[in-house]
Amino acid sequence: MASAYPQGFAAQLKYAGIAAVLTAILVTPIFGLHLLRVGYKIELQADWTPVLLAALAVFVFQMLRPAMARQLKAVPWPTLPQIQPDQQRKATLALLVVALAWPFIGSRGAVDIATLALIYVVLGLGLNIVVGFAGLLDLGYVGFYAVGGYTYALLNSYFGLSFWVCLPLAGGMAALFGFLLGFPVLRLRGDYLAIVTLGFGEIIRLLLNNMTSITGGPDGVSGIPKPSVFGIEMARSASTEGGTTFHEMLGMDYDGMHMVIFLYLLALLLAGITLFVSNRLVRMPIGRAWEALRDDEIACRSLGLSPTKVKLSAFTLGAMFAGFAGSFFAARQGLVNPESFTFIESALILAIVVLGGMGSQLGVILAAILLTVLPELARGFAEYRMLIFGLVMVLMMIWRPQGLLPATRPHLELPR
Amino acid sequence: MNAPDQVIDARAAGTGSTGAGGTPVTTTAATGKSLLTVSGLQMRFGGLLAVDGVEFDVREGEVFAIIGPNGAGKTTVFNCVGGFYQPTAGSVLLDGNRIDGLPSHLVARRGLVRTFQNIRLFKSLTAVENLMVAQHQEMKSGLLAGLFSTPAFRKSEHEALTRAAFWLERVGLRDLANREAGTLAYGHQRRLEIARCMITRPRLLMLDEPAAGLNPQEKVELQVLIDQLRREHGVSVLLIEHDMNLVMGISDRILVMEYGKPIATGVPEVVRNDPRVVKAYLGEE
Repeated sequence: MASAYPQGFAAQLKYAGIAAVLTAILVTPIFGLHLLRVGYKIELQADWTPVLLAALAVFVFQMLRPAMARQLKAVPWPTLPQIQPDQQRKATLALLVVALAWPFIGSRGAVDIATLALIYVVLGLGLNIVVGFAGLLDLGYVGFYAVGGYTYALLNSYFGLSFWVCLPLAGGMAALFGFLLGFPVLRLRGDYLAIVTLGFGEIIRLLLNNMTSITGGPDGVSGIPKPSVFGIEMARSASTEGGTTFHEMLGMDYDGMHMVIFLYLLALLLAGITLFVSNRLVRMPIGRAWEALRDDEIACRSLGLSPTKVKLSAFTLGAMFAGFAGSFFAARQGLVNPESFTFIESALILAIVVLGGMGSQLGVILAAILLTVLPELARGFAEYRMLIFGLVMVLMMIWRPQGLLPATRPHLELPR
Repeated sequence: MNAPDQVIDARAAGTGSTGAGGTPVTTTAATGKSLLTVSGLQMRFGGLLAVDGVEFDVREGEVFAIIGPNGAGKTTVFNCVGGFYQPTAGSVLLDGNRIDGLPSHLVARRGLVRTFQNIRLFKSLTAVENLMVAQHQEMKSGLLAGLFSTPAFRKSEHEALTRAAFWLERVGLRDLANREAGTLAYGHQRRLEIARCMITRPRLLMLDEPAAGLNPQEKVELQVLIDQLRREHGVSVLLIEHDMNLVMGISDRILVMEYGKPIATGVPEVVRNDPRVVKAYLGEE
């Protein structure tokens, strides 16, 4: 990067000048202009001090940059170690132990955030199958998440089906949607596929928004019951006459925390199953076929592998996990509406996969935790949250484009 | 010698000795039964007639070579035979059944498997994994069996691994089994690609310039390998190659193409002395 710097003082001055002007232009709408309410009118008030300060800061920084770069060259970027598969297994086990102990040491809020993080772990691992293993860029993954969520919400409100019946149905439904979308779309490659999947995600959201008579439109479906503990209700009092509740059965006092912990453990179970399945998949013929397809589609065809079938399987399985996550999400929130399934959600899940390291399960788990916990920690910065989020992403991609923990695929070893 | 006549002669000979088809191939001579029959093949890309009127047949156990100057349409013929292109006219028959128009992966499942001019291995997979992927037809264990690693699944994995080990040994890559294919030396990659084809138990092995980029020693080894594959594994070989020593040394019959058209077909000695072939290769005197 250092070679891109302008050489000579005059050139440097010009470069820094341009950077300062650009900063001023970019910063003006954010810091320089304020909307003020004066009576019934809204007035635009300019405040140039912060703009000047920002431009000055950038100017000084750009002038000093070559000197700093020379200094910094001696200081290497911190490097993360390449993690071998056996170390990865140990790390995963350690993570699991912490995760199991978490609800009993963490506060209610901490457990709640952890539950959210686990939903994103499931989503991240699911998308990792599509993007990381099979190399298919899917920008509409949230569509399958929505299908899962609405499957539970609608089946419950229309037919009164319970969470445990709906969970597999939601997975199946999302898988079916993945399959149906995959059929026409998977002939496309790379960018084209990405755009069509993006469109698909939006179509699902718009359908949910506009089929008001069925889905409730923008209001969504509310009053979705929380999951029962395998048939036993977990509530202050039984909803049906003569029913027992969880705390009555165990002879404990009712505590709202029970539900939080139960949901957390459920999410942990779901994440565990997702991890187990995706971990097995890479070691199976189908997983190898995905990786082969990612490497060379024409070679796959020349060996008799049907690219459509291979892609479809990745797409369908990935969608299925989004469906599970969706129905769990609906149960936890008690409410689904199209607002929860916007494109930004797809982007976030994709960011988790890319940040973690495509194809790397442990990396995806860490990234999912990072990207759900960071915004919570940064809550104090209010409107600058997304700015910080963006900055972290940019820095990550400069520092480590291959992701937090690049995938070290479990290679099949031929013993000597 | 007239090229179309030669093809007709070959077909007549093929129908005459079908009885020998079932016996293992032990000699370098073909048994005579026709395996692949290409007739009237034409491939047009817009205004460009890349291949026109190509006719040949490959008999069981035979090494059949297609040669010709660069741009003569050899690889296009390969792509038409392998289902990568849909020929604009003509037919491709395998055992008398039409295979033109079939998608390439279905052609491959019928036993026509190819290598590529610019090697197409799965670069991030190891050598042995490349061979595992190729065995997908034999590994039809279900999703659940794989998830729970049932004995049946482990058995099928083990058998596939054993076959992979056999073929790695066969092409002399046993020691490099666990190396990523992309990191192998060029000559090794060529051999691995051939092994990857052979593990699917093809009937016709199609090699697109297998000797390109090999040194003289490796070319000799390649010739020995092709000969062994044909004799010991009963595979027929369709070969595109520029290296005349290799082609003349190993082929039973040769088709010469120029500007998309066949100009001669026959045994190496005849083709070598055909005035049109000499003209195509050396120019007019």
